[in-house]
Amino acid sequence: MTAALALGDDALVLSHRLGEWAGHAPVLEEEVALANIALDLLGQARMLLSFVGDEDQLAYLREERAFRNVQLVEQPNGDFAHTIARQLYFSVYQHLLYEKLAAGQGEFADLAAKAVKEVAYHRDHAEQWVLRLGDGTAESHERMQRALDALWRFTGELFEPVEGVDVDRHALRDGWLAAVTSVVERATLTLPSGPQSGAWAAGAGRQGLHTESFGRMLAEMQHLHRSHPGASW
Amino acid sequence: MAAVTADQKTQGTADTADAEHLAAFDAAVAADDRIEPRDWMPEAYRASLVRQMAQHAHSEIIGMQPEANWISRAPSLRRKAILMAKVQDEAGHGLYLYSAAETLGTSREELLDKLHAGRQRYSSIFNYPTLTWADVGAIGWLVDGAAITNQVPLCRCSYGPYARAMIRICKEESFHQRQGYELLLALSRGTSAQHEMAQDAVNRWWWPSLMMFGPPDDSSAHSAQSMAWKIKRHSNDELRRRFVDICVPQAEALGLTLPDPDIRWNEDLGQHDYGAIDWTEFQEVLKGNGPCNEQRLAQRRMAHEEGAWVRDAAAAYADKHAARPGTAGAAAQHVEATA
Repeated sequence: MTAALALGDDALVLSHRLGEWAGHAPVLEEEVALANIALDLLGQARMLLSFVGDEDQLAYLREERAFRNVQLVEQPNGDFAHTIARQLYFSVYQHLLYEKLAAGQGEFADLAAKAVKEVAYHRDHAEQWVLRLGDGTAESHERMQRALDALWRFTGELFEPVEGVDVDRHALRDGWLAAVTSVVERATLTLPSGPQSGAWAAGAGRQGLHTESFGRMLAEMQHLHRSHPGASW
Repeated sequence: MAAVTADQKTQGTADTADAEHLAAFDAAVAADDRIEPRDWMPEAYRASLVRQMAQHAHSEIIGMQPEANWISRAPSLRRKAILMAKVQDEAGHGLYLYSAAETLGTSREELLDKLHAGRQRYSSIFNYPTLTWADVGAIGWLVDGAAITNQVPLCRCSYGPYARAMIRICKEESFHQRQGYELLLALSRGTSAQHEMAQDAVNRWWWPSLMMFGPPDDSSAHSAQSMAWKIKRHSNDELRRRFVDICVPQAEALGLTLPDPDIRWNEDLGQHDYGAIDWTEFQEVLKGNGPCNEQRLAQRRMAHEEGAWVRDAAAAYADKHAARPGTAGAAAQHVEATA
């Protein structure tokens, strides 16, 4: 239950944020790509939430404190570099995690086996853009570095234990760090050096503690559904 | 004084060649053959196609805005997935159409610049706002329905790349139209508040949808020539009436009313008559005075301007890495080439 909610909420919330790009992307190919990633994640979220209960009740009728996603995925889109930094940090984590889950015998093995193919594409998309932005122009380099720095303190939470997710989280963190470091260096960028968690925030999203913008995101997402109690759509 | 200059001789030869080309072109159009990018074509035919395909491509990408307006508020996860996929399809249609226009020697960048400068149009329908969730359904049912009625004949358009792009686009559009209908059906059969929302949306979108077929035949600027060239196959009024005929029974099945008391079956024509369209409103929206003209173009320009540094970065990266294998160079070059 806890695991399906945690992984499902990660996918649901990141999908929502990516959906906010529709009509605003820097180039038409990215309208297609970002929507594609958002749709993959929404599909994963729906399967994961359905392990727990009714997908719409879970998405639309829970209060902010009941969501179990990491704070990283709820961070606002910012500029394109921020969105790409968030994609890099999350998709590398999700790819490594789903590879392990797919190879195991747990309840998520089938789902992870399907999702890992999608997530491999998300990861590739993020990595290619980190390379282009890091090693592009002076402006893009600066923006990409700023974005990596700004979101770094939300990455520690990815490796907090989640009940029911049976993976070696130290190995997961090592693999993640090696992969992210490799991309960041190839992009002529610098791996952020600060702490990977804020002083107060460690493990917070998984325990239902979120950041201020998340409440506003949920208010928008849930408003219509909640305005018509019991209606079907 | 009858001496012919060298220039005049060349001109004379060119005229003869042009006349032969034109005869071949006319024969191809008459025989319902396709005109392909490398074939000779009259400049006016090329210009007319670029105008129409650009307007169509721009309509796809501007048309993303009113629907994207509801992605974050879609009331169920199933509806959210359907809507995101639809908006994504529109971006994809924009891509096919800009590519098809490129076969006529114009670049996507050039066309986007013209859109942003207000020198090329997009469909006026997207200058109306999406005020409630039901508007997403009304756009699917009516706006996509009208677009399909307009576009199905374009699958037989004389210009090959446009006709082929339209075959794929029409398949996806008819899927969208069914989804919009189904969304409205759920609302119409839902709570009274949902039913009212659906009726209100149909009331607001019906007349603008009829205007999508363009001005009446006797005052349509481009129609006659486009029909002669078989870019266009049916007149505006023919298509509009066909659309009304399709919608009347569908509205009944939906349990919703079309906001036109003058719709009635005309025995003699075997088609429906409908009430007078307010062409003043159409002209005003076309002139830029619709409810969302400024907003739509401003958002488009903003996305483009705010994305400039990203496109510049991709181009710079491609330049640096063009010769190096195993990098993102190839993909970045693609972005550069199409940005």
